Amino acid sequence: MNYKPIDWVDERLGTAKFTRKSLNKIFPDHWSFMLGEIAMYSFFILLGTGVFLTFFFVPSSADIVYHGSYAPLDGHVVSQAYASTLDLSFNVRAGLVMRQMHHWAANVFVAAIVVHLLRVFFTGAFRKPREINWLVGSLLLMMAILEGFLGYSLPDDLISGTGIRIAYSITLSVPIVGSYLASFLFGGQFPGDKIIPRFYTIHILLVPALMAGLLGAHLAIMWHQKHTQYKGKGKTEKNVVGVAMWPAYAMQAGGFFFLTAAVIAALGGLAQINPIWMYGQYIPYKVSYAVQPDWYMGWLDGALRLFPSWEITGFGHMIPTIFFPAVLLPGITFGLLMGWPWIERIFTKDTQAHNLLDNPRDNAWRTSIGVGVMAFYMVLFFASSTDVLANAFNLSLNFVLWAFRALVFVVPPIAAYVAYKLAKEASSASRAGRPRKAMVVSRSNEGEYTTEESDPRIEVELKRSAMHSEVPQPLPEEASFHAAEATGEGTSESEGGLAMSASSLSSAATGEMSERPSGGPEVYQVPPGTPGSGGGLFSPRGPKLSRSFEDPEEEK
Amino acid sequence: MSSSTPELEQEKVKVGLVKTSESRFEKVVAVSFALSLLASIGLGIVYWQGGQTQAEGALLFFALGGLGFGIVAWGKYLVPQGPYVQEREELKSPESERAVLIESLERGVTQIERRSFLVKLLGVSIAAFGVITLFPFIRSLGPQPKKMLYVTNWKKGSALVRSDGSKVRASDLEVGGVLTVFPEGHAGGAISQTILIRPSFEDIVTKPGRETWGPQGYLAYSKVCTHAGCPVGLYQELTQQLLCPCHQSLFDVMTGANPVFGPAPRPLPQLPLEIDSQGFLLAQAGYDEPIGPGFWERA
Ligand code: HEM
Ligand code: FES
Repeated sequence: MNYKPIDWVDERLGTAKFTRKSLNKIFPDHWSFMLGEIAMYSFFILLGTGVFLTFFFVPSSADIVYHGSYAPLDGHVVSQAYASTLDLSFNVRAGLVMRQMHHWAANVFVAAIVVHLLRVFFTGAFRKPREINWLVGSLLLMMAILEGFLGYSLPDDLISGTGIRIAYSITLSVPIVGSYLASFLFGGQFPGDKIIPRFYTIHILLVPALMAGLLGAHLAIMWHQKHTQYKGKGKTEKNVVGVAMWPAYAMQAGGFFFLTAAVIAALGGLAQINPIWMYGQYIPYKVSYAVQPDWYMGWLDGALRLFPSWEITGFGHMIPTIFFPAVLLPGITFGLLMGWPWIERIFTKDTQAHNLLDNPRDNAWRTSIGVGVMAFYMVLFFASSTDVLANAFNLSLNFVLWAFRALVFVVPPIAAYVAYKLAKEASSASRAGRPRKAMVVSRSNEGEYTTEESDPRIEVELKRSAMHSEVPQPLPEEASFHAAEATGEGTSESEGGLAMSASSLSSAATGEMSERPSGGPEVYQVPPGTPGSGGGLFSPRGPKLSRSFEDPEEEK
Repeated sequence: MSSSTPELEQEKVKVGLVKTSESRFEKVVAVSFALSLLASIGLGIVYWQGGQTQAEGALLFFALGGLGFGIVAWGKYLVPQGPYVQEREELKSPESERAVLIESLERGVTQIERRSFLVKLLGVSIAAFGVITLFPFIRSLGPQPKKMLYVTNWKKGSALVRSDGSKVRASDLEVGGVLTVFPEGHAGGAISQTILIRPSFEDIVTKPGRETWGPQGYLAYSKVCTHAGCPVGLYQELTQQLLCPCHQSLFDVMTGANPVFGPAPRPLPQLPLEIDSQGFLLAQAGYDEPIGPGFWERA
């Protein structure tokens, strides 16, 4: 291998230390830590597909006569935004896939953020020292929702236009400054021709740039503070146990990007989303019904439907009814969300730093509050389909509306209570959630059957395929580096670069690392392709074990 | 670190443990990458042939999925997984570090504060600059609302026209008929859109004071919902109600479009109508109140 570039860069930027630490960073392994990654990868896919869309989309509400390849609309007067979206869908190669992938990725993005947030909430990962990342994450969520709404509005179709109309009314409803805010944001009175170009700039430049910055901060902080980890053998508040960044984590996480992209691509190609040619161009006096916004807007739509028609007037002023469900409710929602780490602290009086995660069942109070709040927003979400539900089940709208008005108050406390009870129950059952031991049934030569619990060692052994070591141990390079540093040996390292550290390491490492009499440089020269070459390296009995796994019979 | 005993080996055979050989994973990874390669080639061909959405989606799935699955499997089963352990470094800096930081900060502050007049002037200057530059930024974005939200294009004598601009005659609608109308010269306008309904042939009085507003059974209401501004488009003849499709508010046509169901807080404003000597429908006057959703300045 050629180490010149490493030397070259390091001599100019001094990056070797950071890079070394990064390569040797340990990541706790748990499926729930993937949720944030899905969000991040969806964001990348949004950037990629979004750039493609900008090459073809024309952000203008100026009218033109449509003569494109979608015959039913031939000769209609439509806006350029609408026409260019049709062209993008029908005439640009791979255009529709890209457009639908972009839309699907947006839905996946917000969903992944929300589930990630729930994971962080229920495991208590937001506690000290991670409050800042909780705030950054909440901002990301708000921006993701805003960004999704802006993007949804761009094609200028009937549904999105209706959405903008409602957004305008909501802006108008803000006390004192509402009429100014609405006029300044929407460039005058609705509809106007400034909205689409303006939303376009915000959608493709302003919000993505802010999100990229916040995401960078989110990741940098996470990197710096190191991951939380679930409780388990060998895991403490003061260490991190898991796989190494290089190469295992890098490969798993990098590969996971492609998997996320694959699913989004399949959705984008095979599952139709937002077929604007079926809705038609936005015409302010036309409506379509059973209109449903993207899922993450559902709770707001539901709240708008359920909130009673109260409007406050007095002293020559008015607080319009939609202010309460559409401005106050989101304000309270995100306010409480962002404040949660501090709100919880009022009750727990807990000022300790936490790196070990709570099992949700062990913190029944937090879990039940979380479940109750989730239930509240779920009811609102379903309330956004009152008309659809009434039609589907042949009920009167009146009944459905009042049922939901009741449910929104009834369901959350019940859900919270049930969650509380379940959590208490589960955490008192000592072995709950742990894997059961296998029962081994064997038949003797005489035909007699015996049952016994399998040797627990097998479970352990099973996991110890060649790639797993028995006990958590430091990475050898790190161990030797720190040992060398402690004895003052490490100082000579800069000279030889990485190639040297490998040899200086072995002697230093052996002492505290393993009982192996001498690690020796040959540790790093296992011929490629040797079975168990990776695993055998760091686990003293790796090679042997893997041999026995390969072919147990052979040993006889 | 007990080594693998013969009993343990036997036990493994007994429970029929799957042989997890590395070469098997190697094969899986190879197949996965090969699949991706084939799908990419296929994608190229589809694209070259002019593209086809579903094929593109499916092939993208295999091209990306093959890569992803292969890399993840490789990273999970063919490289060491540890577990490794790493100590967390203390996030907090040593007390001495903070002490020096505070001292340094204070040194700077005292050095600056010595010239308190300059500090104040600088503050005022920056604030002034900020406010002045903010002003065009915000102020140029849109007009001041002024009377904007109070007026529509309806005036005394405006003829009612359809979206194509043609005038409406009193003989045009049957009982139960509905039509979206605009003031002449503003066909298609979002603010002035009005719904014209004919529930009967007789004059209709919806409210006291509106005795002459509904000649020959014609009623006209603002089509902009008082809830969140959607067009109130659906007339249900049977119940004589107007439905807003956005959040299902219902307005009772015969009693001045009072909201009878749903979240809408106010009746739809009614447009006073008259019929001229040639039988055309005209507005007696504009709306006597702001149309649409509420806002702060509106009493
Ligand atoms: C654009 C959206 C987001 C992206 C791309 C993102 C990405 C990530 C990633 C990759 C991680 C590390 C893996 C993990 O713990 O799952 C992480 C950690 C974290 N995220 Fe997010 N996240 C987003 C939104 C949020 C939101 C909405 C919150 C909460 C309000 C949040 C709070 C946190 C916290 C507290 C951590 C540290 C948790 C730990 O170390 O265990 N994030 N984020
Ligand atoms: S906009 Fe008409 S009910 Fe909400």
